[in-house]
Amino acid sequence: MAFSFFGGVHPRENKIAAELPIEVFPKPDIVVIPMSQHIGAPCVPLVRKGDTVTLGQKIGDNQGLCVPVHSSVSGTVKAVEMRAHTSGTTVMSVVIENDHLDTLCPEISPRTPEQVAALTGQELLEILREGGIVGMGGATFPTYAKLQSGLGKVDTIIVNASECEPFITADDRLCRESPAQILSGLKILMKILDLSSAHVAIEDNKPQAAQALRSQLGKDDGIRVDVLPARYPQGAEKQMIYAITGREVPSGGLPAAVGCAVFNAATCKAVHDVVYTGMPLVERVVTVSGDIVPNPKNFLVPIGTNINALLKAVGHTENPYKVLSGGPMMGASLYDLAAPTVKGVNAVTILGRKNRYAPENPRCLRCGKCISACPMKLMPVLMYKAQQSGKPEEMRSLHMMDCIECGCCAYTCPAGVPLVLAFRSGKQILRSAQAAKK
Amino acid sequence: MAQPTKYSYELTISSSPHIHAPVTTQVIMADVLIALTPALLGAVAYFGLRALTVTLVSAAACLFFEWAYCRLLKTECQTYDLSALVTGVLLAFVCPVTIPYWTIILGDFFAIVVVKMLFGGLGKNLVNPALAGRAFLFSWPAIMSTWVQVGRANAVGIFHTADAITVATPLASLHQGLLPQQTLWDCFFGNVGGCIGETSGALLLVGFVYLLVRRVITPRIPLAFVGTVALLTFLLPMGQDRLVWMGYQVFSGGLLLGAIFMATDYVTSPLTPKGQILYAAGCGVLTVLIRYLGSYPEGVSYAILCMNCCCVLLDRVGRPTPFGAPGKGGAGK
Repeated sequence: MAFSFFGGVHPRENKIAAELPIEVFPKPDIVVIPMSQHIGAPCVPLVRKGDTVTLGQKIGDNQGLCVPVHSSVSGTVKAVEMRAHTSGTTVMSVVIENDHLDTLCPEISPRTPEQVAALTGQELLEILREGGIVGMGGATFPTYAKLQSGLGKVDTIIVNASECEPFITADDRLCRESPAQILSGLKILMKILDLSSAHVAIEDNKPQAAQALRSQLGKDDGIRVDVLPARYPQGAEKQMIYAITGREVPSGGLPAAVGCAVFNAATCKAVHDVVYTGMPLVERVVTVSGDIVPNPKNFLVPIGTNINALLKAVGHTENPYKVLSGGPMMGASLYDLAAPTVKGVNAVTILGRKNRYAPENPRCLRCGKCISACPMKLMPVLMYKAQQSGKPEEMRSLHMMDCIECGCCAYTCPAGVPLVLAFRSGKQILRSAQAAKK
Repeated sequence: MAQPTKYSYELTISSSPHIHAPVTTQVIMADVLIALTPALLGAVAYFGLRALTVTLVSAAACLFFEWAYCRLLKTECQTYDLSALVTGVLLAFVCPVTIPYWTIILGDFFAIVVVKMLFGGLGKNLVNPALAGRAFLFSWPAIMSTWVQVGRANAVGIFHTADAITVATPLASLHQGLLPQQTLWDCFFGNVGGCIGETSGALLLVGFVYLLVRRVITPRIPLAFVGTVALLTFLLPMGQDRLVWMGYQVFSGGLLLGAIFMATDYVTSPLTPKGQILYAAGCGVLTVLIRYLGSYPEGVSYAILCMNCCCVLLDRVGRPTPFGAPGKGGAGK
């Protein structure tokens, strides 16, 4: 907590939905559930067109690094086909027509605290896998796999409630409204990793959320709520670990390499839910906000809800410039609003035309602002030059692969140079060069 | 209700980030122009209205040459970034107030077209355009070395300079190893002969503080530059009182103008803090060398031009160690 990461920026926070309680979004008539909502092998559909499905029923699974996906409604499978995805591609998806009966899957049953206490770490891991739990901060890495690989290595567990992106308030609201469930989920994670202490990291611009979490802490929980200064990208995994522990995750390495595991606050809530209520991950909190949104909202949205429906629900009528899945610093701009909300989408951000800033022919001034903003201590100005002149060796020697694509450099660039875009394509080139060598 | 698949939005797709800091190139250049204003007002007070007209003509000529170049080559014109205006004002600032308009326009042409645009425009030039323009204008050494007495505003008119009474600048005395006749106080406030914008250290420092407050520059380069000159002149006082000699060296000539506004030019200064310190120290050493040993009394502009050329090398010095670098074996997986 005493540590401060290098660089970073502080964009206008714009947390305009912070005081709005989470509203349950009405279940849509149709949900589209992609088979790929996590990092790893995509699921194989377990249902066919015409099948009847129940709420929480497993409808896709696979071997290897994979978690199953579940139906967020009860009803009939209308199609199993390729559909638009928030990632910008099309993905095999199960389209379900909602019968609005919410018939619960018979396999789902709640557990009493005594039953939960009796579960072993291995059993809990299996429950998390079967519940489809992934990192809900955006990276969507399967939680069971993160825990499994951390067994015996991890000595520090951090709950990331920093939510450093502008506009997004989903985790803030969740911490204020369900602090007990988040901490209960954290205790399950601590049990699996056999740890007696943990950190909850939150930015100082969310005092109510920090207070709500603190009020639920027991005397000997071993959990500390650490308040960090609000600065982007405080919530980036490596920067967060550094801020809490002073440890630097080695280049190309995972947090477990320095004995850390970071879980998003929403993930902890989902862990609690699946263990205690038996309900797999079929809904999540999504902030629908933006600078041209008349009525921003925090919605509890069934997975598979069409993003256009979310736009309509916030009274959005103006012609938007961009619709993003995620926040304005790292979110992906959507080309198809028929894409469904998935496990990793914590926000839909709608931006107006005044955010247009893309000079046709940007001219780098060499002002060096990107260097002082880069939290990975890279030299974006030189990386850009190397990428533009197509020099992979130079890109590598400038550590382009360490770029976390947080966007601080491009945000701060006075000339509007599309730095992150260049680094994404540069990293792609380096990755394929690496793959070709093997 | 069926899933809506059609919508009337025209969405823009682009890479993140989708928001930008409010400080654009244009804002930075406007800040530099604002920071130069006190010195310009001082120049008008000391040298008369001609200081203003020369500056305006120079700024307008730079803007015109950049615009005309882009029009002729049918490339995107970005004069709105105001960088040409900054070049124009700075070039005027390093010329004497008696300079004929045709001469300064010629210098503007060289600075903008040859030094800046032919190298690819803003950000691509190797040396500071204004200083290169000044160096080019020394093809007319008599014009560039005519110094008028200050306070006699009427002697120099907007359209005639013939009646100007020429004087020796403090630097000319220093060049001969003598202390100038002018008081150090006069040198500090600019009540001495010299180029349009360079004489008043006090007003340049006002601009310096503004640039620091607006975070356009860091104090690194100006302090290291002036500090090096101060240290060397203190150590080598040429037989004079050390402190007085050093004071005259710091507040005479173009040192402050160069250190605050020219050496800090982003395009032609190094990127890393260590590189910037070395660069500024190099500027200081060269300035003193030229002032002591050169045949011309002033060395600031040539010192900066020389160090501009070392930028690419200095960019290799003091690069930050990336986060998590000790275990960099696994980069790229």
